[in-house]
Amino acid sequence: MFIQVNGKKDEVPESLHTIADLLSHYGLDKKVVIVEQNGVIIDKTTHSETLLTADDQLEFVHFVGGG
Amino acid sequence: METRYSRQTLFKPIGEKGQHLLQQKHVLIIGAGALGTGNAENLVRAGVGTVTIVDRDYVEKSNLQRQQLYSEQDAFERLPKAVAAKTRLEAINSQVDIRAHVLDIRKEELEGLLKGIDLLIDATDNFDTRLIINDLTQKNDIPWIYGACVGSYGLSFTVIPKDTPCLHCLMETIPLGGATCDTAGIIAPAVQMVVAHQTTEAMKLLVNDKASLRKRLISFDLWKNEQSTIDVSSLKNKHCLSCGTKPTYPFLSFEKQLKSSVLCGRDSVQIRPSDIMTRDLQALKEQLSHLEGKVESNPYLVTFFHQKHRLVFFLDGRVLIHGTSDISEARTIYHQIIG
Ligand SMILES: [Zn+2]
Repeated sequence: MFIQVNGKKDEVPESLHTIADLLSHYGLDKKVVIVEQNGVIIDKTTHSETLLTADDQLEFVHFVGGG
Repeated sequence: METRYSRQTLFKPIGEKGQHLLQQKHVLIIGAGALGTGNAENLVRAGVGTVTIVDRDYVEKSNLQRQQLYSEQDAFERLPKAVAAKTRLEAINSQVDIRAHVLDIRKEELEGLLKGIDLLIDATDNFDTRLIINDLTQKNDIPWIYGACVGSYGLSFTVIPKDTPCLHCLMETIPLGGATCDTAGIIAPAVQMVVAHQTTEAMKLLVNDKASLRKRLISFDLWKNEQSTIDVSSLKNKHCLSCGTKPTYPFLSFEKQLKSSVLCGRDSVQIRPSDIMTRDLQALKEQLSHLEGKVESNPYLVTFFHQKHRLVFFLDGRVLIHGTSDISEARTIYHQIIG
């Protein structure tokens, strides 16, 4: 399915069902990350219940320590 | 009329009035690595009245690719970054009062430095220090600008006490004790992009143009051509222990445990003696000269080459032990040499 991630269109496998699936798809599952889905910030505790839909607009910001 | 700042005062949101305000402000920059040197150079060129820069490290060759204030000579002499930065910044703009401290910032040190500060810029490389900054700036009602980068990725957020969420609100589950080691390398433009965001937000704050602040968390990846901004105002948590209605400032007590730390991606351990002290470098040199190994020194630090390790002793008592990332091994070496 096609989704929009950080302003860019991306095709992801149909096997991804939730925000948590998507985060591990992008290798962000172990990171501290803020997720916005269609303009709404998704609470961390519900990442594995929140469903992904085609054409979703997602924004991910993950925290890094370097400087 | 002075021409030095003419292009900046022609820029309407700053103007002569803004320039005058900049000249009365005092900015504290924590860290003189990539982000610290970039922000410091911008703010000093812009004519901020006083800039204080603090760093615990010394210049090495591997810094020169992105830490814009340093030269090969600084690396050759192993000058402390704060010292080398001050010299270069004074050459750039002699009208700015530039203060430098060779220090590993913890609660006590930072508390002393916050007096009279209008704004703090985060240019550290670890979350332990950032969370101390986050708690102390909340306690003292001082805005600060988080910035970080790794690879071609970077992000920034401006924390205004009482107004925006704090770093603790944003991160919630925090890697306490710093399990976050970035070893993916870094390209200079990613640094400069974060610096551009931080310095611009700083200028807005310093000329009192709060309405123009970005107010959003921003991140980008220059190599992947991605950018993202999120309105995080809904994450301000009134129960937050750092910025909520009943703050306990949890990271101000946690820091006491951090006596030794592994430096990220550097195969080095820092040992901090339990009381802040000044080390007599002259006496140390004399003591080391009786041991096997080469001793080198400058006015700020002594380097001792001991078997496969290199020990760097600072005036403030700290020791960096290069060639190990094992804290207990580092402590053993330290005690073998110092007793
Ligand atoms: Zn908070």
